[in-house]
Amino acid sequence: MSPDPTLMDEARRQIEICNACRYCEGYCSVFPAMTRQKAFADGDLTHLANLCHNCRGCYYACQYTAPHEFALNIPAVLADLRVEGWERLARPQAFARLFQRHGVAMAGLLVVVLALFFWALAALRPEEGAGFYAYLAHNTMIAIFIPAFVLPLALIALSLRDYWREVGGGRVRLAHILSALESAARLKNLSGGHGDGCNFESGDRFTDRRRLFHHLMMYGFLLCFASTASGTIMHYGLGWEAPYPLWSAPKLFGLPGGVMMVAGATGLVWLKLRADPELGAAQVWGGEMAFVLLLGAVALTGLALYAATGSGLVGPLLAIHLATVMVLFLVMPFSKMVHGFFRLAALVAEAGKSATAGKRA
Amino acid sequence: MRDWPATFDLAVAGGGNAALCAAITAAEAGASVVVLEGAPKPYRGGNSRHTRNFRCMHREPMFPLTGRYEEEEYLDDLLRVTKGKTDEELARLVIRLSEQCLLWMQAHGVRFQPSLSGTLSLSRTNAFFLGGGKALVNAYYNTAADLGVKIAYEAQVRHVHREGARITHLEAEIAGQPVTVNARAFILASGGFQADIDWLARAWGPSARNFLIRGTPYNRGVVLRDMLEQGAESVGDPTQCHAVAIDGRAPKYDGGIVTRLDCVPFSIVVNRDSERFHDEGEDVWPKRYAIWGRLVAAQPDQVGYALIDSKSIDLFMPSVFPPARADTIEELAAQMGLDPQALRRTVDGFNAACRPGEFHPTELDGLRTVGLNVPKSNWARPLDTPPFYGYQLRPGVTFTYLGLKVDSKARVHGADGPIRNLWAAGEIMAGSILGEGYLAGFGMTIGTVFGRIAGKEAAAHVA
Ligand SMILES: Cc1cc2nc3c(=O)[nH]c(=O)nc-3n(C[C@H](O)[C@H](O)[C@H](O)COP(=O)(O)OP(=O)(O)OC[C@H]3O[C@@H](n4cnc5c(N)ncnc54)[C@H](O)[C@@H]3O)c2cc1C
Ligand code: SF4
Ligand code: SF4
Repeated sequence: MSPDPTLMDEARRQIEICNACRYCEGYCSVFPAMTRQKAFADGDLTHLANLCHNCRGCYYACQYTAPHEFALNIPAVLADLRVEGWERLARPQAFARLFQRHGVAMAGLLVVVLALFFWALAALRPEEGAGFYAYLAHNTMIAIFIPAFVLPLALIALSLRDYWREVGGGRVRLAHILSALESAARLKNLSGGHGDGCNFESGDRFTDRRRLFHHLMMYGFLLCFASTASGTIMHYGLGWEAPYPLWSAPKLFGLPGGVMMVAGATGLVWLKLRADPELGAAQVWGGEMAFVLLLGAVALTGLALYAATGSGLVGPLLAIHLATVMVLFLVMPFSKMVHGFFRLAALVAEAGKSATAGKRA
Repeated sequence: MRDWPATFDLAVAGGGNAALCAAITAAEAGASVVVLEGAPKPYRGGNSRHTRNFRCMHREPMFPLTGRYEEEEYLDDLLRVTKGKTDEELARLVIRLSEQCLLWMQAHGVRFQPSLSGTLSLSRTNAFFLGGGKALVNAYYNTAADLGVKIAYEAQVRHVHREGARITHLEAEIAGQPVTVNARAFILASGGFQADIDWLARAWGPSARNFLIRGTPYNRGVVLRDMLEQGAESVGDPTQCHAVAIDGRAPKYDGGIVTRLDCVPFSIVVNRDSERFHDEGEDVWPKRYAIWGRLVAAQPDQVGYALIDSKSIDLFMPSVFPPARADTIEELAAQMGLDPQALRRTVDGFNAACRPGEFHPTELDGLRTVGLNVPKSNWARPLDTPPFYGYQLRPGVTFTYLGLKVDSKARVHGADGPIRNLWAAGEIMAGSILGEGYLAGFGMTIGTVFGRIAGKEAAAHVA
């Protein structure tokens, strides 16, 4: 399926105006990438869209926003293009259309998965096992979760391959990856270029809240991931089974990670409620909100599960937690979750493109 | 307006750079201030919202400026473009004070960025605003609001009421309702009159009706005219405006920076009758940039056509609208509404007059035509490689020169000396320093320096 022509043309119209202006060059990576060209193929626009972090600096700074007849709204048109691209490159596309746009769909899926887990806990309860393995055997969990994790990742990998082709990404070098990781790790593109942050929830005033909450979410998520990974290693590598004590890697990663994710999710929801939906992809507002809530729910139920250790609540809480994790995995290729993958890919591609352009100049 | 005091310490007419610098300075000195911005909120900030940089003296490199740019060189640059039509005392004042502006602006929310791509030649002299002039204006509005400055949008000042050597009040219309604004001091920072096409046509001649206005439609010179009618001293040629050649498809108002065209030196430029009328390769930027507005204004129907071929299409900044494009000169002529035969003749004549030689797009390369009545003295290459491209050119007015004459304290003068509680800043008084020509980035420098002076003087007056 080829890109939506009207959306592409609108993005091209707006980007061509920017390219004749360039006042926003200092805000982010999009503008320096834009000025390398005079004409923009669809793939170039897809590339710019995925580089954009929706900081909105270039909206409030623009002398050509509506009611001016040029009616520029770069953050929105690039957000629309991103969402359209993720949907177009997803497989199956229908799932992406459903989960990107409709928070209710995600909630519905959660209900179904929850029911399944309650059933599983009742039906597959093991004879023995400690902690929550008393409710669901480790091997059963692994048997369920490994495919639920790996298959969506494989789908994302396929999308990324198509994406790379579409934007004309070149050979990947370590330096490009490092540069992209550095940019992502600092969320450089949400700094406003001046370090004051971005324009999200306070109109044309700059604040660093979005970067702060996103950092909490992202690093919290990575810590939780590290927690799970270290648990797996301890289980299989060291033969040391859960439950783990407080002073163990899974807990030392997981506890702060969970708290950070909850704080991050709360902050991001608050920001999203205050931000102007017209400067983002308005049609996926609900899906994005549901996704943040889901991440918060994963963390919160994880923490609750830990708090409930030894009590009778472990069973039901385990079902709820596993259900949220399962939904998170399942919707990975079809939800806002893909933004991390595409953004990173865009940053890698951009590092490559700007290096090549530098060499040519 | 319900929370307005009966009398402000200071009322500022206008809501661009000069007005905001004045309001912020006065508010920081403790004055209660109201800003009357004639435009609705989305269009606030006048021409200042279209700017990108200001020219700043500096004795050593300071971000974002490279190298050094000292008083004498700055003044020389100014004297060169104004051909001496400048008040040297005021000019030196602006130049010297420009040095402090950079830090002051940063302290009040303005952020800077390195010279934009395509403008490296300005990286030493001009500091670029991150996000451009609208970002600067936003920062100042936020700073002013935080200082308690009251801001009224759609607040058109109609009359500045003068009694002898004092101003008593302003008559304004706020969102369509007549309002009297009482204050103890007044600053006029409401820009020039270039958006009043009737006034332009009276001053320049009827052809001015075909001019495009590059900036805000709200600078109609209402306050300026009102003051001139009340005998305020004026300065600057009342018949002149600064005009550059811009894309003929630009909107009538507010097209801003993107409508500029940098293609002239690589083009041939013809008029409505397909005839060339001026040496396109005369000189480098910025001189040629400034003259083409007038040249096109002097042509029939105030229109010109810049034509290039595919050899040159990538040599200049991209245009906001795509050029007309055709595989033959005749087709291009037809697309642009020119006579194909006549254009063919002009192009053939031009091509035959070109001579082989080294072409250097970034320097005066001496590649000139031979034997033409209207020569092209640099970058003259035949138009022979299709596709051919064409842009329609129109004069785009940046600002007018007529203004209020001020002294070094920004005071406005009547026939018998200064008006005691009235100051002016920005475009409305820029003619006091810039009598002719233009120096890139100097408009914002004048507005910032004189805005701050006016704000300080007004606050001291009411303290
Ligand atoms: C496209 C363009 C690009 C430019 N780029 C640069 C640049 O890069 N650097 C530079 O130094 N200069 C530049 N200039 C010139 C620069 O814009 C002016 O010199 C500068 O903005 C003047 O500032 P000001 O505050 O005096 O006027 P303005 O910013 O024009 O403000 C005038 C204000 O007065 C208001 N107003 C008008 N009439 C009334 C009334 N009757 N009552 C109430 N309010 C009223 C207007 O709404 C406006 O807010 C550029 C100009 C244009 C058009
Ligand atoms: S968003 Fe507006 S101000 Fe920024 S580069 Fe584009 S046209 Fe210029
Ligand atoms: S919204 Fe921010 S990140 Fe996106 S293009 Fe504009 S300035 Fe860049």
